[in-house]
Amino acid sequence: MSLDISFIGILIGSIMASSVPLILAASGELITERSGVLNLGVEGMMIIGAISGFALMVITDNLFIAIVGSMLSGVIISLIFGFLTQSLLTNHVATGLALTIFGIGLSAMLGKNFVGIPGKEFPILFSSLRESIPFFGPILFGHSIVLYFAFALPFLTNYFLKKTKLGLVVRAVGDSPVSASNQGINVILVRYCCILYGGAMCGLAGAYLSLIYTPQWIENMTAGRGWIALALVVFATWSPIKVLIGALIFGGITILQLHMQAIGFRIPVQFLSALPYLMTIIVLVVISRDSRKIKLNTPTSLGRIFYKEK
Amino acid sequence: MIKIEKRNDVPMALYFFTPFIAIILTILGGGIIFYILGFNPIEALKFYFITPISNLYGLSELLLKATPLCLIAIGLSFCFKSNNWNIGAEGQLTFGAIVGGGVALLFYNQEGFYILPLVILAGAIGGMIFALIPAVLKTYFNTNEILVSLMLVYVSKLLLDYLVVGPWSNPEGFNFPETRQFSDSSRMPLLFEGLRIHAGIFLALAAVMLSWFILYKTYLGFQIKVSGLSLKTAKYAGFKGKTMILVVFMISGACAGLAGVGEITGPIGQLHRMISPDYGFTAIIVAFLGRLNPFGIIFASMVVALTYLGAETAQIFLQIPKYTGQVFQGMILFFLLASDYLLFFKIKILSLKKNELRH
Repeated sequence: MSLDISFIGILIGSIMASSVPLILAASGELITERSGVLNLGVEGMMIIGAISGFALMVITDNLFIAIVGSMLSGVIISLIFGFLTQSLLTNHVATGLALTIFGIGLSAMLGKNFVGIPGKEFPILFSSLRESIPFFGPILFGHSIVLYFAFALPFLTNYFLKKTKLGLVVRAVGDSPVSASNQGINVILVRYCCILYGGAMCGLAGAYLSLIYTPQWIENMTAGRGWIALALVVFATWSPIKVLIGALIFGGITILQLHMQAIGFRIPVQFLSALPYLMTIIVLVVISRDSRKIKLNTPTSLGRIFYKEK
Repeated sequence: MIKIEKRNDVPMALYFFTPFIAIILTILGGGIIFYILGFNPIEALKFYFITPISNLYGLSELLLKATPLCLIAIGLSFCFKSNNWNIGAEGQLTFGAIVGGGVALLFYNQEGFYILPLVILAGAIGGMIFALIPAVLKTYFNTNEILVSLMLVYVSKLLLDYLVVGPWSNPEGFNFPETRQFSDSSRMPLLFEGLRIHAGIFLALAAVMLSWFILYKTYLGFQIKVSGLSLKTAKYAGFKGKTMILVVFMISGACAGLAGVGEITGPIGQLHRMISPDYGFTAIIVAFLGRLNPFGIIFASMVVALTYLGAETAQIFLQIPKYTGQVFQGMILFFLLASDYLLFFKIKILSLKKNELRH
């Protein structure tokens, strides 16, 4: 029995680890969307973060530089999106798609010489506690610092949006850019900041994959996680805490699917691998059915272009 | 002094001219990237854009790759014109290829003139059914079609993977992840001896003509355009919004399914994992670059097909990684969207002299 309990502890720990990139990317995108901007380039920004983090790790041999660099690269690539949508007033959906296509191509191009290089071990915290405490050890301890940050992020985001003045500004810009502008808020500037912040978080999410979760560079290694993160924001009806819950559910499906494959469950591998995607669709249907509930929380100006006559 | 003014109406000539600006900027941008990567930009661009189409075989390859892009983009133009964001054409292509391929495999040891039409029809229906999923969920459950259509891409690719390694794999195929070869009656007829260009191009041309007719000469086309411009007006006019969403997704899915079936009955001749180098996603760029106009899309599909060919050529001759193709495709869309700024705003450069004169 005690064996079972410790196994469940390890299982929960691995579910948490697999949900980290989703939490990071979705929390970042949530802020962006709360300011009224729909950035569909999450997948592209994540993959750019993944390759820049890994490349910087190989070149500098310094994990701190790699992590910070991946966030910066996310910022830089999201700046393209920001410039196009905010300064040149382009369509958010099309620009985000272009960002994803561009990002996947660019990452594969940059990553050409990094395929097959083994990654470096990322330091984990409290590793002794992980072994000594049954059940809770593998859940609470022995993770990377990025994981602890990711699990704090939804609460920080919630606090930021609900309790701080800046958070109020972001929500005002997303819900009514015209009145916010009339109040003297620089709508475009706020949106730029939210886009760049989203880029940084997506970059970090990518670096988590290539430096910590599966420490190596594989082409297209984000494998649709960016899109699942986008779905999570809708799933969470733009509430940060629900992002955390949603990410854990999706992480759970991913891990469960791997375990079912490992113990030789009699369902073809491909059907199990399709589970997270099918689950996303089912969840979206359940969440979206009540259009009033969705509308209540959706940032009113989401995806709309704001232009102020000078 | 630069002054920016909002235009009152979009000049049509400029609307069709800006895609050319985008293409020129993309070529310049590509030159800069090649330079950064350490290649001679002029030489690299020559290998990219001129070498691939400097002989008959290259031109045939260009049309071969432009065919699926054109077909899918024509379908997507119906969705995009009416503000329906179907970005899962890659999945509809895959599912169309699965259904069409399944029919072709039924007849693997038979010959007959009726087989190819059946396979093509099956492919179109497959794509149509697969596109109906996001459409029905959007109309009846208010679900975001972008995410649903995209998630289904992964589902369809996994299904194809399951079929080619599992139940449909070639019994004499030494466990390679591929099906039997289709019989000759399931293959698209080649147009010229020795070239890969096949009769599928006529499907694409027919789709262009038909879409022009529907969009510009029928009531349905009128409804689609009005709904795209203003949903409120469409509602006020009493258009049946739900039916229209279903119809545009069905058209779009059928076109993507046709593109898939064209690939497997044309150059490929069987089912395996890699039936499309992301044609479904790239076609989104084609649709925009062609300004959602049927004839614009023909032109755009050839430009974008050239980025595929150029990437292959540049890889062979200069060892430039082939992913530059996607970088180019992303850049085209970036520059196209950016140049749209010129459509809505007038940029006036006031010379200092004029100002001085006023004083």
